Amino acid sequence: MPRSPKIIAGGVILVFFILLALVGPVLVDGDPTKTTDVGLAGPSAAHWLGTTQSGQDVLAQVVYGARVSLGVGLLSALIATVLSIVVGLIGGYAGGVVDEVLSLLTNIFLVLPALPLVIVLAGYLPSRGVTSVAAVIAVTGWAWGARVLRAQTLTLRGRDYVQAAKASGERAWRIIFAEILPVEFPVIATSFLATVLAAILAEAGLSFLGLANLSTVSWGTMLYFAQNNQALLVGAWWWFIPPGLCIALIGAGLGLLNFGIDEIANPRLRTVLPKRRKRFGAGR
Amino acid sequence: MTDEVVLAAENVTKHFAASRGRRFGLGKRPPVRAVEDVSLNLTAGRITAMVGESGCGKSTVARMLARIYPPTKGRILLRGKEVTDSRAYRRNVQMVFQDPFASLNPFHKVHYHLARPLKLHGHARTKAEVDEQVAALLERVSLTPVEQFMHKLPHELSGGQRQRVAIARALAAQPVALIADEPVSMLDVSIRLGVLRLLEKLAREENLALLYITHDIASARYFADDILVMYAGQLIEQGPSQRVTDDPAHPYTKLLLSAAPDPDQVDDEEDTTDHGEPPSLISPPSGCRFHPRCPVALPTCSTTAPLFTALADDHHTACHLYDPATVAG
Ligand SMILES: Nc1ncnc2c1ncn2[C@@H]1O[C@H](COP(=O)(O)OP(=O)(O)O)[C@@H](O)[C@H]1O
Ligand SMILES: [Mg+2]
Repeated sequence: MPRSPKIIAGGVILVFFILLALVGPVLVDGDPTKTTDVGLAGPSAAHWLGTTQSGQDVLAQVVYGARVSLGVGLLSALIATVLSIVVGLIGGYAGGVVDEVLSLLTNIFLVLPALPLVIVLAGYLPSRGVTSVAAVIAVTGWAWGARVLRAQTLTLRGRDYVQAAKASGERAWRIIFAEILPVEFPVIATSFLATVLAAILAEAGLSFLGLANLSTVSWGTMLYFAQNNQALLVGAWWWFIPPGLCIALIGAGLGLLNFGIDEIANPRLRTVLPKRRKRFGAGR
Repeated sequence: MTDEVVLAAENVTKHFAASRGRRFGLGKRPPVRAVEDVSLNLTAGRITAMVGESGCGKSTVARMLARIYPPTKGRILLRGKEVTDSRAYRRNVQMVFQDPFASLNPFHKVHYHLARPLKLHGHARTKAEVDEQVAALLERVSLTPVEQFMHKLPHELSGGQRQRVAIARALAAQPVALIADEPVSMLDVSIRLGVLRLLEKLAREENLALLYITHDIASARYFADDILVMYAGQLIEQGPSQRVTDDPAHPYTKLLLSAAPDPDQVDDEEDTTDHGEPPSLISPPSGCRFHPRCPVALPTCSTTAPLFTALADDHHTACHLYDPATVAG
């Protein structure tokens, strides 16, 4: 395993947030929704990240919000990845009419603008729980991965080892899932991480617009309430900077991880550290 | 040894549709006529070599025989019958690919590559049976110690070792016919002979019908009982390898032999005459496809395609020079 600094940095950030979501609520005592009468107080020993308008602890909200944001991100990326694997690999391997139909479907979802669609779908949701938000985001987010996997499958389909598996009598589904799928792991991993990021952003966007369940605490709903209570105008920076920073950080972490995997899978992308060397004939 | 014909191709033809640019282009593009009207018989216990320069359609014939591509025209008969059940067919006909660096899935270990055909064709069911037979297969292709090779990934093996794994995988199905598509052309010269000897030994031991595909007529002479010579998608000469190499009939076979390094000849000087280029398979030459390169072409060669003539019971060629009608006229 190459010691890629990008993978290490991205991994550290991601592990930090996963730990935060898993064990944070145990360490930070306090209910994130409990109101007190110290509203809009700045950071102090009692409230490390200050309080909101209604006196809720911002640190507790950030920590509990990590659960929702990461949870939605992972769940919808999982659904989207399964969808894109099924559509991309089956279409790419089968070819013909099956491929045409699946490609058409993929292209339709690709050109549909995702956020407006999410907003419309979210408006029709019977419940706005975390799971349904994740499902809506997945439905709008699988197409890109499917497209990439289909292209990969098209090239792998002609490889000798796939032909050899066919010649030794393997069935189509086994060729797709045992011969082609494992070779595509790097692509699937990058597309999974990119979808996690997109889903976290979409969840934040939906919540910020007030379209998710506003009684769940997430980074998005925190920003929604901060915005609604003019946190910026009253100078309550501790209210909106922590959730915003968390979103930005996790985005950076996932992005770094992705670049790192890309470089391993495709060595030509590797960043070459500039070496100090003599330049012959320079300066003329 | 029996003289049973186990696998036969009857007038098989393969045209590849030019797929690119068709849907939005104007009209259909002409197909690539990779293989035209090829018939051949593979006999149990005999090694048949198919010789021809690169691009003449050898791999396409191999892939049709291995049921990777369906023929455009013609039939493939297994023990005289057309077999519709693909898996039953594949249990009997197996193939070794040219490039051992591409024919093994980089993700799977040697054990997996050998265990799959064993399970697929019902030769082994329990884990113990599978392990035992995988070990036996590795033993047969001389990859020992077997315990060590079983758990390796393809990238940990050399080209020769990979090709032995590929041969073992083909044997795992327990076939009656084996198609080996240029099995040593990607290997180091120093290990080619070992792999060829292995194939020969297995073919003799198992009474396999072996089709050995090569572009090197010298190795075919050394290795095979019979030789089929292909040119531009067609068979042009066939017969016992001794006869075909000692007394070639077709001008193209002569050309191949003169270009091959001859171990008996002390004179090392290369024949520098211009032999021309292989023809396009999209619009092949009219008449005999070899006529533009043929040193002894007759006027009729550019207009009519020659039919097969028998020079002896088992030696045939498709050339107007030997056609009684042309010779008389
Ligand atoms: N899958 C394919 N699609 C289109 N053309 C092909 C395909 N496979 C082979 N061909 C063409 O068929 C011809 C014969 O190829 P091949 O059978 O690989 O020759 P050989 O094995 O003798 O070198 C070549 O012109 C090649 O370009
Ligand atoms: Mg070939």
